Amino acid sequence: MSTEIKTEKAPFVRVVKQEGMPFSKRVVVRICFVLIALVVCGFLINAITSYDPVSVYTIMFEGAFGNARRTWATVREMMMLALIAIGLAPAFKMKFWNIGAEGQILIGGIISAGCMIYLSACPAHVLLPLMFVLSAAGGAAWALLPAIFKARFNTNETLFTLMMNYVAIQLTSFFVAHWENPKGSNTVGIINSANQAGWFPEVFGQKYFINVALTLVFAIFMFIYLRYTKHGFEISVVGNSENTARYAGMNVSRIMIRTMLLSGAICGIAGFMAVSGASHTISTSTAGGRGFTAIIVAWLAKFDSATMLLISLLIAFLNSGATEIASKCKLNDYASDMIIGIILFFILASEFFINYRLVFRKKEKGGV
Amino acid sequence: MKKRFLSLMLAAVTAVSMCGCTSEPAAPVQTDDAAQQDTGSEVSEENEEIAPKKDASAVKIGAILVGDENEGYTYAHIDGIKKAAAAVGIPEENIIWKYSIPEDESCYDAAIDLVDQGCTAIFSNSYGHQSFMQQAAGEEPDVQFVAMTGDTAAMSGLANFSNAFTNVYEARYVSGIVAGMKIKELVDDGKIAAENMDSDGNVKIGYVGAYPYAEVVSGYTAFYLGAKSVYEKVSMEVIYTNSWFDIAAEGEAANSLMSDGCVIIGQHADSTGAPTAVQAALDSGKVAYSVGYNVDMLNVAPTAALTSATNNWSVYYTEAFNAVLAGEKIPTDWSKGYADGAVAITTLGPSCAEGTQEAVDSAIAAIKDGSLHVFDTSKFTVGGQPVTTAMVDMDGDFENDDEEAVSDGYFHESELRAAPSFYLRIDGITELISE
Repeated sequence: MSTEIKTEKAPFVRVVKQEGMPFSKRVVVRICFVLIALVVCGFLINAITSYDPVSVYTIMFEGAFGNARRTWATVREMMMLALIAIGLAPAFKMKFWNIGAEGQILIGGIISAGCMIYLSACPAHVLLPLMFVLSAAGGAAWALLPAIFKARFNTNETLFTLMMNYVAIQLTSFFVAHWENPKGSNTVGIINSANQAGWFPEVFGQKYFINVALTLVFAIFMFIYLRYTKHGFEISVVGNSENTARYAGMNVSRIMIRTMLLSGAICGIAGFMAVSGASHTISTSTAGGRGFTAIIVAWLAKFDSATMLLISLLIAFLNSGATEIASKCKLNDYASDMIIGIILFFILASEFFINYRLVFRKKEKGGV
Repeated sequence: MKKRFLSLMLAAVTAVSMCGCTSEPAAPVQTDDAAQQDTGSEVSEENEEIAPKKDASAVKIGAILVGDENEGYTYAHIDGIKKAAAAVGIPEENIIWKYSIPEDESCYDAAIDLVDQGCTAIFSNSYGHQSFMQQAAGEEPDVQFVAMTGDTAAMSGLANFSNAFTNVYEARYVSGIVAGMKIKELVDDGKIAAENMDSDGNVKIGYVGAYPYAEVVSGYTAFYLGAKSVYEKVSMEVIYTNSWFDIAAEGEAANSLMSDGCVIIGQHADSTGAPTAVQAALDSGKVAYSVGYNVDMLNVAPTAALTSATNNWSVYYTEAFNAVLAGEKIPTDWSKGYADGAVAITTLGPSCAEGTQEAVDSAIAAIKDGSLHVFDTSKFTVGGQPVTTAMVDMDGDFENDDEEAVSDGYFHESELRAAPSFYLRIDGITELISE
């Protein structure tokens, strides 16, 4: 009887978990999905504007990499995003939902801007390391608070870190109002434009060389830390199951607090990089939503440093290309947000098809 | 993990090569309608001027805009640039637009990128762009940079960096007269209730301002003095939104001013939020009218909008483009008003009081011939005392301690430098804490 029901009611399509898809097939799936995403975007662009999609992509590419300075600006944005993602990686791997990168970046930024304003007389080799250390400490402190509460009282870290962002934004507004020029204009302006104190110096004639170097150092550090150290192992155990970690005799609270200190410190350093290495000013938009975008980067990359760099590059490319589309075609820059959304959606979808497969109803049920 | 890395790289490379392989079709994208618009004006300009002029069709202009055409203030700039370009014969495809550029390093990136694209003059339209423009100007001495509404060009010592802003306070004064006429009419018709007056019997006006600094202070004071010149007993409340463009906050500020009894809502913020709110209040039976900024508000507030103070940027851009074509420096501190047609008020709405047009015309005439000064020190007091001195910052330390702006019985607004500098908080105006 039961077999009869099965034959009648077998679903048209079933989702089956699969593992160990061969490498070559994974590559093909991912390439296919990115291509489909580009084609879908192409249709969309064409439907809205009747522009030839290929030329729109060409313009985007030129906007991001058209000449040396554009390439460097794109690389700078990529490094910024990647550094934040690297900072978030250990927290998220531990399944500690650190939504507070935005705030941790701002705190690092405020501290850096403050150092630049008040300590502009310091020589660079003292000032820059000092800013580095202080903004790391600031970011760490901003992350420490929710970590302690989570570890001690098991408070919800998602809400806690999120709310810390608003506190940081208000603090930034306060300092902007304190430092603004002229009073009331809400603009701090470029700090130390005359003597460039506290700015990243040019290395090999390259303004953004230090941004790249700093991020790569952290990328390598995080790669080793998460994969080859005891700390990294503990993080992944806590992430998989806190009870298992406890059973194995790990001090979960300590691991949590330690990891969040590291996560916050790197985000604070990202704030330092944003102020010293890029904008040389501070405003409530210094973090600019990157603290949230970086979460997507970290997750998509499954916390792997090299992949985080690649995904950051993709997003930075799309963003730089966006300004160029707005400039060259009469497309609003929201159009590029849509394109970014579609591409990310398809990348996520490709993960689904790598981890699961669809089984369609067959005429004869095989071997049940 | 390594596999994943490779696969993503491959994916990225494929995406990139998709984009890279065809570079031909990019060019024709933005040209078609620009090309046909311009042929006429180019020809007509050619025979006017002679020798040293650069070839207008070879000059490229860069525009860094804080918003896009959906935002009134930026729209006015786009419009001004297009008109000026047509007037001097610069083809529209030679203008490179950078829309929605925030006031951070993206402004510097955009400026440098415009240099790389061959622009000879680059304009930015928001105050916060200034220091990034100045940074770019320092690095690119062969290109002219203009930070509109800015104030540091003169003291920057850079030969290729300028500021410009219209004397929009003159237009605000005139729009204040429109408001004053309306108040007078409302009083005469007995439509002003007790709640519309403060304890001294002054009729209340409201003002939605963006940020509490000179550009806004100068504007609302001019507006207030204009209203006061028609109807002496007025007082004004100002609410700041801390944003140049925030439809919701501006609407809310207008609502809170109206519930406080204000009958006229002026604004120095760039959205239609306030006029829309005022129209809704008027429709529900409240006595309230709106004076806007940048654009005609009659389409969002057909019966509530009286007029808007507005800038005619093409006057400036034409002058600046001509300087570029002649190979000269764009004026370091440009500031012009009614006398040169750089400011105006929009068409008077149907709700305006009778005789408004005449009052407006005579005020404009008086401003033009110099017999009327907006910031006439005999017309206002600070702390109960007449003003005899007001120093203005000229050296860039943002301390108002350098040059005397009050002489001959009035505050010389925008004469020492292009950016508005009137920062005095005069009696009769109350700044409320921002929402």
